Amino acid sequence: MSKAKFKNPVVKWIDHRLPIFSFMDHELNHYPTPKNLNYFWNFGSLAGIALVTMIITGIVLSMNYTAHVDYAFDSVERIMRDVNHGWLIRYIHMNGASFFFIVVYIHIFRGLYYGSYKAPRELLWILGVLILLLMMATAFMGYVLPWGQMSFWGATVITNLFSAIPLVGESIVTWLWGGFSVDNSTLNRFFSLHFVLPFVIVGVVILHLVALHRFGSNNPIGIDVKGTQDTLPFNPYYTIKDLFGLGVFLTIFAAAVFFFPNFMGHPDNYIEANPMVTPAHIVPEWYFLPFYAILRAIPDKLGGVLFMFGSIAVLFVIPWLDRSSVRSSQFRPIFKIFFWILLADCVLLGYLGAMPAEGIYVILSRIATAYYFFHFLILFPLLPYIEKTKPLPISISEPVLSGSSPASAFAFREKK
Amino acid sequence: MSTKSKTKNNKDEGKRDFLMVSTYAMAGIGAASFAWPLIDQMNPAADTLALASTEIDLSSLEEGQAITVKWRGKPVFVRHRTAEEIKNAQEASIDDMRDPEKDSDRVTNEKYIVLVGVCTHLGCVPLGQKSGDVKGQYGGWFCPCHGSHYDHSGRIRKGPAPTNLAVPSYEFLSDTLIKIG
Amino acid sequence: MNAKPYCFKNKRFIIQSCTILSLFFSSQVCFAAGDKITYPKLDWSFSGITGTFDRSSQQRGLQVYKEVCAGCHGLRLLAYRNLKAIGYNDNEIKAFASENSVNTLNDEGEVVEREARPSDKFVSPYPNEQAARVANGGAYPPDLSLIVKARSDGANYLHALLTGYVDAPDEKKIPDGMYYNKYYPGKLIGMPQPLYEDGVEYADGTKATPDQMAKDVTAFLAWAAEPEMEDRKRLGISVILFLLVLTILSYFTMKQIWAPIKNR
Repeated sequence: MSKAKFKNPVVKWIDHRLPIFSFMDHELNHYPTPKNLNYFWNFGSLAGIALVTMIITGIVLSMNYTAHVDYAFDSVERIMRDVNHGWLIRYIHMNGASFFFIVVYIHIFRGLYYGSYKAPRELLWILGVLILLLMMATAFMGYVLPWGQMSFWGATVITNLFSAIPLVGESIVTWLWGGFSVDNSTLNRFFSLHFVLPFVIVGVVILHLVALHRFGSNNPIGIDVKGTQDTLPFNPYYTIKDLFGLGVFLTIFAAAVFFFPNFMGHPDNYIEANPMVTPAHIVPEWYFLPFYAILRAIPDKLGGVLFMFGSIAVLFVIPWLDRSSVRSSQFRPIFKIFFWILLADCVLLGYLGAMPAEGIYVILSRIATAYYFFHFLILFPLLPYIEKTKPLPISISEPVLSGSSPASAFAFREKK
Repeated sequence: MSTKSKTKNNKDEGKRDFLMVSTYAMAGIGAASFAWPLIDQMNPAADTLALASTEIDLSSLEEGQAITVKWRGKPVFVRHRTAEEIKNAQEASIDDMRDPEKDSDRVTNEKYIVLVGVCTHLGCVPLGQKSGDVKGQYGGWFCPCHGSHYDHSGRIRKGPAPTNLAVPSYEFLSDTLIKIG
Repeated sequence: MNAKPYCFKNKRFIIQSCTILSLFFSSQVCFAAGDKITYPKLDWSFSGITGTFDRSSQQRGLQVYKEVCAGCHGLRLLAYRNLKAIGYNDNEIKAFASENSVNTLNDEGEVVEREARPSDKFVSPYPNEQAARVANGGAYPPDLSLIVKARSDGANYLHALLTGYVDAPDEKKIPDGMYYNKYYPGKLIGMPQPLYEDGVEYADGTKATPDQMAKDVTAFLAWAAEPEMEDRKRLGISVILFLLVLTILSYFTMKQIWAPIKNR
């Protein structure tokens, strides 16, 4: 590290004792980033911004929220009606959860497409799956807080999943509830956990970033950076690109918040929770639908729960399931086709999760669930033996030098 | 490189810097405006503001009696003063008071004194509303926390409090009905 | 040169993903449309991204609520002071509030009634759900504060429901205390037909047909459910304009910054 790079004497003084400025300069300014990243690499920073937005609006909401079964629903309505800009903050938080998941799902599928989970980035990937898991727990508990009908029945159904565990299941559910049904104790602990888990997520995100910066970002062609000719300093090249991406994201997000704030919600959640009446259809939030479909596809209670958790658990081990040494799908013609099938499969599962569990939907859910596990457990390990991968380029910058079109920083052509 | 292309480069750089500064400035303005709703939500909400005025019926308040009502989460003292108390309040010399104010400036109708019942020292509620209370050396109110003595007009006469008991804004809607706030 | 692009094709990838994502979201809509009876789609003044409430319709709607609905249905999340937003002044609101009474404690600690004030919430017709059920033959007239938000396509649903009382088909058995409504899920509803020709007398001379009253009370309740709607849309337009300018500006800045890399 070069010394005396800061001119400001105060910065210099502090940095000598506490090198935060050197750290930021190194990790955010000069940080070498592959020069060929496409727009799908924007979603990591977008997820970070979504997390910060959720935490800020969440803290502010908690200043006005009352975690008690008799007051929770009304206190949320008071936020919507009487608190200054309360409706804005609440709608940002409510829609922010959905957009956070959209961004994170795209981020995950980008990682799957470009093989970002492969060595030496296995821990980076595992930390990412851990973040997803924590996000799901946080989002689930957050949805309970407004204490509407969907809040209550969602909480009842999901906590009851644990009763599938043999022998201790019932005791665990009672312990989760702090009573004999979802009630005030449940609401209170969910509020507490919903408040604290995002900070745990922040901690894991920091580890995720440390792991990322160890080897740097993967890139669309998936080959390692060979030297400085392959990289650009993060600032200004990717700061401005991230800002542009953020602008697009926020415009779409604002359109949802201001004009369709309840599009991704459910009308039943504007009816106060009533433990005596179950709504006609209980549907989880859209981002849980694929998992919900897997749960319902299995005709056995314990089996469904195991498969549902298994669908996330399998993600933890895919760095070892995929035995191909080629990262990017661009050089894996068969893998690429299956990638799109997997994406379509997940979308189908999402659709099926919203449909009633009857007739053709059940059969389709079973096929889709089977494919999901086939993809990771069978296809991933076996495909490398069958698939003939395309030749890899020598380096990231080599095709760039021969490229002539203006878009060549993004699109590299193979030299035959 | 020719000089021509060099000037073009400089021009490009100038344009680039200008664009960069304006983009980041605009992003900064955006972020700062987002802060406002987050700050403003801590100001009193519409339902809190709606409760900011209270009406008090004084018809059953006998001479010499006092009532305490809650207004904006704080006690408000209303005392129906006796002729003697009014005389005391009006005739006291204001020259040597810490916070000189004439009694006539502190009442609308001299029979009723309306005060925010919060000691101006550190926010305790003074005694003197109930008949058995200690009323202090000047017969008005006495703050037990640090010993401030207030007279029949709620003026500070002795003790650490810096100013007189505050008079809230109020109006008489009729002879015996007042609206505070 | 037979340069086959093996690389990632930005555009196609994006288009494909968008298609798939939009399919995903349309599944939500599909679900909402599941077992729904279709009802007429009306052209509400408050729909669309610039839509606002029609003040005179809202005021007529308040009258319908007060004279027809309020006997059974509460509006507990709304305060009398909120009526300022639909064009009433302080004195009118005070007078309106004072027609109701709320319980309070007097100095002796006894429960007494006092006139409602503008800061009070709309007084519900029944003290609690139990009482409401007993008075309505076991059915519970729901609170209307959020009814438009709490039903899918709430405004159209409400209008259809209020005008959906028709003669039952002959084969349909109508149990005691139930009424036939072609727009109600299951077609049997516990609420008797509330709106009849000239059921209220509008101060502004509008003819009080059931359809007109249904429209007015829906407009009023749509506002009750989303009192922030006009502010929201107004702020939304300026926020989006700001973001568009910022996005376009950052796009050109990005192009400038990246130009030397791309043209190398």
